[in-house]
Amino acid sequence: MAIYPASTPHSERHTLSVLVENRPGVLARIAGLFARRAFNINSLSVSPTERPDISRVTVTADVEQVPLEQIIKQLNKLLHVLKIVDLDNTDAVERELVLIKVAADETNRSDVLEIVRLFRVRVVDVHPESLTIEATGAEGKIDALLGLLKNYGVIELVRSGAVAVTRGPHALSEKVVGSEIRGR
Amino acid sequence: MVSPTPLQAFSGVQKAPTKTSKQTLVDGEKMTGAQALIRTLEDLGVQDVFGIPGGAILPVYHQIHDDTKFRFVLMRHEQGAGHAAEGYAVATGRVGVCIVTSGPGATNMVTPIADANMDSVPLVVISGQVGVDSIGTDAFQEADTVGITYPVVKHSYLVTDAQDIPRVLAEAHYIARSGRPGPVVVDVSKTAQVGEMYYSWPQKMILPGYNPTTKPHGHVLREAVKLVEQSYRPVLYVGGGAMRSNASAQVKELADLTDAPIVTTLPARGIVPDSDPKMLGMLGMHGTLAATAATQKCDLLVAIGARFDDRVTGKMEAFAPAARVIHIDIDPAEIGKRRQPDVPIVGDVTEVLNALNAEIKRGQAIHGKPNLEPWWKLINAWRQKYPMEYDEKTPDGTLSPQWVVEELSRQAALSTIWVSGVGQHQMWASQLVDFENPHSWISSGGLGTMGFGLPAAIGARVGSSRDFGGKKPVWLIDGDGSFQMTSEELAAAFIDNAPVKIAILNNSVYGMVRQWQTLFYDKHYSQTSIRDGENTEDIINVPDFVKLAEAYSCVGIRATTQDEAKAAIKRANEINDRPVLIDFRVYKDAMVWPMVAAGQSNDTVTYKPGVQPLLHHDTTDSSANGSQDDTASTPVASDTAATGKSEE
Repeated sequence: MAIYPASTPHSERHTLSVLVENRPGVLARIAGLFARRAFNINSLSVSPTERPDISRVTVTADVEQVPLEQIIKQLNKLLHVLKIVDLDNTDAVERELVLIKVAADETNRSDVLEIVRLFRVRVVDVHPESLTIEATGAEGKIDALLGLLKNYGVIELVRSGAVAVTRGPHALSEKVVGSEIRGR
Repeated sequence: MVSPTPLQAFSGVQKAPTKTSKQTLVDGEKMTGAQALIRTLEDLGVQDVFGIPGGAILPVYHQIHDDTKFRFVLMRHEQGAGHAAEGYAVATGRVGVCIVTSGPGATNMVTPIADANMDSVPLVVISGQVGVDSIGTDAFQEADTVGITYPVVKHSYLVTDAQDIPRVLAEAHYIARSGRPGPVVVDVSKTAQVGEMYYSWPQKMILPGYNPTTKPHGHVLREAVKLVEQSYRPVLYVGGGAMRSNASAQVKELADLTDAPIVTTLPARGIVPDSDPKMLGMLGMHGTLAATAATQKCDLLVAIGARFDDRVTGKMEAFAPAARVIHIDIDPAEIGKRRQPDVPIVGDVTEVLNALNAEIKRGQAIHGKPNLEPWWKLINAWRQKYPMEYDEKTPDGTLSPQWVVEELSRQAALSTIWVSGVGQHQMWASQLVDFENPHSWISSGGLGTMGFGLPAAIGARVGSSRDFGGKKPVWLIDGDGSFQMTSEELAAAFIDNAPVKIAILNNSVYGMVRQWQTLFYDKHYSQTSIRDGENTEDIINVPDFVKLAEAYSCVGIRATTQDEAKAAIKRANEINDRPVLIDFRVYKDAMVWPMVAAGQSNDTVTYKPGVQPLLHHDTTDSSANGSQDDTASTPVASDTAATGKSEE
């Protein structure tokens, strides 16, 4: 039954959305559960939500189905975890923000700008020797953009990690009842 | 809310606070956090607390007075305090509570916390922490207790505000005992202990993320009944969860309704009396042959509060290969963790079994019961041919450890609470003691903590005098190695009036490790001889357990022959005003059989060296086909007589 490590090179990508209480130490507990099972996290982003007492953790990871189910159950046992969903790609909007510093001078700047226009992303900093590009999108779009910019030389790159919400009018936190959670 | 001016929006100047962050609570009685902590424990109905004081918890200890409503048992090591609280919790079914200091006090608690976590023992550990201003500065005796313990707790808290103390303790107590029980750590900073607050009771708990499921779903029950009705070789595999849920009557009823045999894990020994004909005993690595064999050959395995530990299953893929599985557990994470069940039932064992038994009765009224006669014929043949047996005569004339355990059991009162350390003696105790009552067996199962025995026995004895007027005597069966890990608690046992009876099976070695060295490491006895039962020229009895007991004002007796042993046990049973320790000198090469080697299939179970009944498909097995029932049972009886009692 048990599969260890949980992540192998051919495992399927999953996006977990975890609602947690907004307090110190929560992320460490969650990360500890992943680490113990050799669960290779692809990206992780945490931030407060529409409710100040609740934070939302979005984890993407390449992981086998069986260890994923186990880790969802173990996460559910953490008292600070309020709700967990394994988001289905077809039914969720997923976005990632990237900042890319490309080595572009006068000889190829216009080529890079053409790519920027095609992808509908933005240039946020210009220097005689570089262009910094801000791009937002789903993983596939970002990967395609990076693939094209690679040829000009990427000096520096930072990705925010994916965030995701389900389509439609419902919020994950709807089912979290109870008063505002105080500090402890 | 006023929207920020452009200047504020750009410069990042803090907006004016919309409300005061601190609510001023003036309801209730004004007191310090430390006073509130003691008052909360009293209001929670806590009657016994174990621990050791220290600098960072002093304000709390300062508030323990003669008129405090709980008894405080002063141990000699924080680990001892933790195990004592565990023994207390298992014996009484209540939450064990410890109060220890920061830093080393808290780190000493990590072992009992991990132990309680593995065995689902309800425990609340209150530890001191340095002042809030010093947290994170490597202050004297500072340790990140919450950080250290969170992989091995059910939940942990850091309290920095006095006002939070009653609520957090109420939550901790509730979390520890509800759902799947477990240890909860409350790390209380000195700031919170000395800070002032307003005490009120009861407290409203804030636990939005904690909703344990206790009631089973109806449709899974009907599916379970369908499986039961279609099974001709069922086995009830009962674990510690059934014990935590007080489900012994329900388990018995289920067994009687379905005629299924019961096998138990180590923590569930005694859930149904051993004298019950349906009880086959413990299964797994050192379980009875009948229990292990029945599980391997069953077609329906009803796992009740059990978690398919590797000591039970052996090689997982080969465990109960033909069986469909019904898994009952209060913890959803246990379902499908090691084996995918055909029918998963999440809920409290008692509630689930009550509902399931009712459903089975209804089903049986319509469909009747399957005929399990061939199954029982097969099981009885195993039982008859492969009983628990051992060699009473040892090559060097010392006592047989198994005989000592049986003799202890023979002379003990039926109400005895049995406690063990970890090692060979633990397995023999589990195999050979006759358990007649639930909650009468306390042992470290999941973590296998050597040194668990003595403090747990003290805790059990405190529980016995609290709940049963001291009428339940406590016998500790310990090993010479295991005992020495916490032997300092003899002081607590004497001074804090916990007259436990201690049987040390002294074989002068780390017995279980030596057994593995004998079987799997070419008899290279690397560092397993502790020579505490030896009389050679240079070493004589280090330590001398009799003198050690006497040094702590306990009674010490040595027994080297069967007559001495019988007399010693009789005397120990008569002494009730102080702890008694008996140093039984036993054979160092006695081994625990049956045995399944670690990681092997349970089919390879060795009844005794050279005899692997399930592997070699001996005559007993053919009765499974139903054709040779009568012929199979005849050679069985004669075979037993021929093999007699021999160990190696």
